[in-house]
Amino acid sequence: MTSLLQVKDLTMRFGGLTAVDGLNFKVEKGTIHGLIGPNGAGKTTTFNMISGFYTPSDGAVLLRGEDISGLQMHEVARRGVVRTFQHSTLFAELTVLENALVGTHMPFRPNIFAAIFGWDRDDRDGADARARDALRFFGLGDLMNEHAGDLSHGHQRALGMAVAYASHPDIILLDEPFTGMNPEETKHMMGLMKRLCSDGITILLVEHDMQAIMGLCDNITCMSFGKFLAEGGPAEIRNHPAVIEAYLGGARHVA
Amino acid sequence: MRNLIIWIALAAGLIVLPNVLSFSQQEVLVFLTINILLVASYRLLTLTGEWSLGHVVIMGVGAYASALLTKTTGLPVPLGILAGGMVAALIALALSYPLFRMKGFYFLIGSFAAGEIIRLLWKRFRDPFGGTKGLKGIDPMPDFSVGFYNFDFFEPTSYFYFAAIVVGVCLWILWRIEKSPVGLTFHAVHWQDKLAQASGVNLRAYRTLAFVIASGFAGISGALLAHYIGTINPNSFDVEVMVFVLTWAIVGGTSTFYGPILGCVVLTILNEVVLRELGLEQTRPLIYGLILILSILFMPNGLESIVQKFTRRKEAGLMRPEEAK
Ligand SMILES: Nc1ncnc2c1ncn2[C@@H]1O[C@H](COP(=O)(O)OP(=O)(O)O)[C@@H](O)[C@H]1O
Ligand SMILES: [Mg+2]
Repeated sequence: MTSLLQVKDLTMRFGGLTAVDGLNFKVEKGTIHGLIGPNGAGKTTTFNMISGFYTPSDGAVLLRGEDISGLQMHEVARRGVVRTFQHSTLFAELTVLENALVGTHMPFRPNIFAAIFGWDRDDRDGADARARDALRFFGLGDLMNEHAGDLSHGHQRALGMAVAYASHPDIILLDEPFTGMNPEETKHMMGLMKRLCSDGITILLVEHDMQAIMGLCDNITCMSFGKFLAEGGPAEIRNHPAVIEAYLGGARHVA
Repeated sequence: MRNLIIWIALAAGLIVLPNVLSFSQQEVLVFLTINILLVASYRLLTLTGEWSLGHVVIMGVGAYASALLTKTTGLPVPLGILAGGMVAALIALALSYPLFRMKGFYFLIGSFAAGEIIRLLWKRFRDPFGGTKGLKGIDPMPDFSVGFYNFDFFEPTSYFYFAAIVVGVCLWILWRIEKSPVGLTFHAVHWQDKLAQASGVNLRAYRTLAFVIASGFAGISGALLAHYIGTINPNSFDVEVMVFVLTWAIVGGTSTFYGPILGCVVLTILNEVVLRELGLEQTRPLIYGLILILSILFMPNGLESIVQKFTRRKEAGLMRPEEAK
């Protein structure tokens, strides 16, 4: 059976630096898959290649067996792969609701002629309902008319996810969603992710918070210096000598 | 209800307006009406964050197209005006292929170059564009009567009414687009193109869409101009006019729909009332340049920000500081 998402020998070179080097892993449908590794390991670069932001120097990204590497980001998104960004990337000048409405672009594609004559009432209502649902799901129901730029850091992270969720993707790539959240918020957010997963949305998660990773993931891929290091369930990864070595050797992010 | 009254009052005001003006002021009013469409269409392009220096040349494309089509094919002038807009939109679509390989500053320069090439073609090809002398004797709007009013297009007042209706409809369409999900997507493309694209927005398609629509309406404004003044030449659409458009947009502010229109109206009144009275007409480019610099320095958010200050305070009672930006 083909996996929902597979990266094959994925490689990204920036000049002389090989940020990701022949990476392989598979993400199965309906799971939460963690991608971990010390700072600078190449996790964000991997996300950028999967989502179409970068074209891989080598290797391939397969979605349900179809090679999607080299497609543009919106083309990847339209195939059901939606991402968030590591640094809160939002439409700061727009309201929270408007941000989420942009997230409904794919299911409710705007049509300019219908828009001029007002024939798109149903679509606009549908998009509005979808956006509000997404916001309420992420606990932003009371903040819909705030400017996104005025939100607290934790709320901004949540809004980033709400924008991604508003399109109801098949797989959602979350780049460090818990940074800037306090333990309370993190715990709450973990609950929401489990709910997303049980609704059938597959999640690929980059995160430094080991407790969150261990508590959420069905499967974890660990990378270091761009290379594959280890893969397995939380228990395996926690006790994997190479993983412990990588974290103790290079970084302070061990839980 | 309140809105209806405001609209009726506005319409009544516009009907009365030319009748209290002198002949030359009536002519200025016609130009102002046409320029309002020009600058409002420019704003639609700026929604996506791109600023073009070719907008006035595109206006000229509409002017030339309508003038030539009505003359050679006998197309009625009102349809010619519509056709002018469509030709301008099509030329913009063709230009978008090379131009939208560029962004920001490079797009600005690219659009300028594209505009100059079009102007060169007008100058170079005596047939059909009339070379540097341009086109003369462009078909005027045919007179007609609607029962209670006779449109006599030798009168600026009549042309003003006609242009005001055309421009009004165009502004309504531009407004509807801006307030629609398409307009929201334009904003998204401008402010955070990465996130927009990750949400499935085809950036290139939306930039092109804004450019094509803006150009179409610019073309209509050009056609309105051509059939009013009856003669156009490549210099009617040179970079000096483009600087005026930029000045209107920047002085008015581009974050609201009415900002550029406000800029256009205020500067036109300033120009006509103050400069002409003082006999300083010749120094218009100089003074516009000065106004542009001063307004960038001291009023970076345009005249609209002053209007907003008053309307917001009334609406909310209390203004949050970040809204004042
Ligand atoms: N656009 C880029 N140009 C050059 N080097 C880059 C670029 N993006 C990332 N890198 C480098 O690639 C490596 C991996 O970075 P990144 O994928 O952001 O790591 P992580 O997300 O795991 O912390 C780092 O050494 C980083 O400096
Ligand atoms: Mg990273």
